[in-house]
Amino acid sequence: MTTFLTLLLNGLSLGAIYALIALGFAVIFKASEVVSFMHGSLLLFGAYTIARLNESIGFFPAFVLGVLATAAVGLLVERLLINRLRGAPVISLAIITIGVDIIMLTELTRRIGSDILNVGHPWGGEFVRIGGVGITENRLYAMLTAGILIALFFAAFKFSSWGVAMRASAEDGETAALMGIKLGRVSALAWIIGAGLAAVAGLFLVGSPTPGVAPGVHNVALRAFPAAILGGLDSTGGALVGGMVIGIAEAMAAGYQDQLLFLGRGFGDVVPYVVMILVLLVRPSGLFGTKELTRV
Amino acid sequence: MLEVDDLRVTYGGAVRALRGVTLQVPDGKVVAVLGSNGAGKTTLLRTISNTLKLHRGKIETGSISFDGAPLAGRDAAAVVATGLVQVPEGRRIFSRLTVEENLRAGGMGSKDKSAKTAAQARVYDLFPVLAERRTQRGGLLSGGEQQMLAIGRALMAGPKLLLLDEPSLGLAPRIIAQIGDIVREINAQGTSVLLVEQNANMALRVADSAYVLDVGKVSLEGPADELAATDAVQRLYLGHAAGEESQVQQAVAKSTKTLSRWTA
Repeated sequence: MTTFLTLLLNGLSLGAIYALIALGFAVIFKASEVVSFMHGSLLLFGAYTIARLNESIGFFPAFVLGVLATAAVGLLVERLLINRLRGAPVISLAIITIGVDIIMLTELTRRIGSDILNVGHPWGGEFVRIGGVGITENRLYAMLTAGILIALFFAAFKFSSWGVAMRASAEDGETAALMGIKLGRVSALAWIIGAGLAAVAGLFLVGSPTPGVAPGVHNVALRAFPAAILGGLDSTGGALVGGMVIGIAEAMAAGYQDQLLFLGRGFGDVVPYVVMILVLLVRPSGLFGTKELTRV
Repeated sequence: MLEVDDLRVTYGGAVRALRGVTLQVPDGKVVAVLGSNGAGKTTLLRTISNTLKLHRGKIETGSISFDGAPLAGRDAAAVVATGLVQVPEGRRIFSRLTVEENLRAGGMGSKDKSAKTAAQARVYDLFPVLAERRTQRGGLLSGGEQQMLAIGRALMAGPKLLLLDEPSLGLAPRIIAQIGDIVREINAQGTSVLLVEQNANMALRVADSAYVLDVGKVSLEGPADELAATDAVQRLYLGHAAGEESQVQQAVAKSTKTLSRWTA
């Protein structure tokens, strides 16, 4: 039972991080109809920037600057590439983000080299025990921060003018433009938020129990993909639920891998995709996705 | 005053939707544009609001200016900022947003908070039913209520000139009459209206002057009451029989060259 609760808690904290990334996917997809394949690089860029700046200016300023820098990269990509190609086929835009991803990843890999950079979080890798249930401090903070950010996000999405503009333009872009909503601005803000959230997720992903900033972190963002897709790519609530489902499933599969040995070692890594495929078999547009995603 | 001068618009470089349209909407007036399907009514409004690009349309020649300033080259949001707001065809309300959020979305173009509060009060005053349903999702409203919401949403931007694209589409006759009264009321409050309609009966009742658009060209124009009295409009749009059945049939057949009803 304790094992189960431990795994559940760790799954939730991992899921919270995935949810942050998946929310970014969902917002960007809603605002600019682009599937951002560059989230892995954004995440790595965020973590790398924070780790490097931390050496000179201390953790918290580094954290703020790192998130801002990542958001700026997101904005730059939106302004320079996505916004100029508004109306281009969805596939072309997705491929552009793959291109940007490759460029960023190559450069970051070159800079990081074969080292594993340590971010030097002010919190250590100690285990916190709540009852018999253990979780690393880093993951606990991840869960708290993600919880706060997600709550803030949903409040803004529901109540702020940006939220209304965002939902209106996601539902019917042409009419939103006719109402005086500046579609370019909505999309730019979505990229800023999506990239910023990725940087925050990156910060926690490179903390304990993960060793530190290494190019491999890039792959973790790919696991948030199934999270966003199984929730329904255009649904923010779906991103949250999807993140949690994937996080818990992955933690469970890793924790019970002895029992799952007949499936082979490292089954935990495959679990997100298996869960995604199972969900899509039953609900092709995801748990909360809108039925028709493509406008003709 | 909105001035459209010799406007020619094509879609995809091949389909000629407007073939030299000239019209004016003077301040404080209601101007109707009549025409059958494919006459170019919606294209005209798309061109004015500058959403033509989304439909792969292009202005070949001609100009549009509002209060003397040319509109070409501004994006849709900038056109709204000049005071020209469109209520699109088929209502196109945001069905997943509540009534109140729909109205908020309509006022998104301006930052003036007090103007928006006043606009919202005006909308709820014009359409009390919207005030009752303010927390309901737009998609749950009836057709007539959705049309009211669409008009109210456009009024939130505080337009100087309201562009209405077939507000009577798919509505019951009683509701159509109500929409006509609302258009009068909005105009009486100081907003000019460009009313694009297939329902000539309602349009000519509320308009000061009217243009008849036929396959991309203005075929008739004049004060609404004079136009309503002309034979061609009577036969083709108002459905009044001027004489015996056979005569009308003949007249329609004869007039197809100049003013045909079913050219799509």
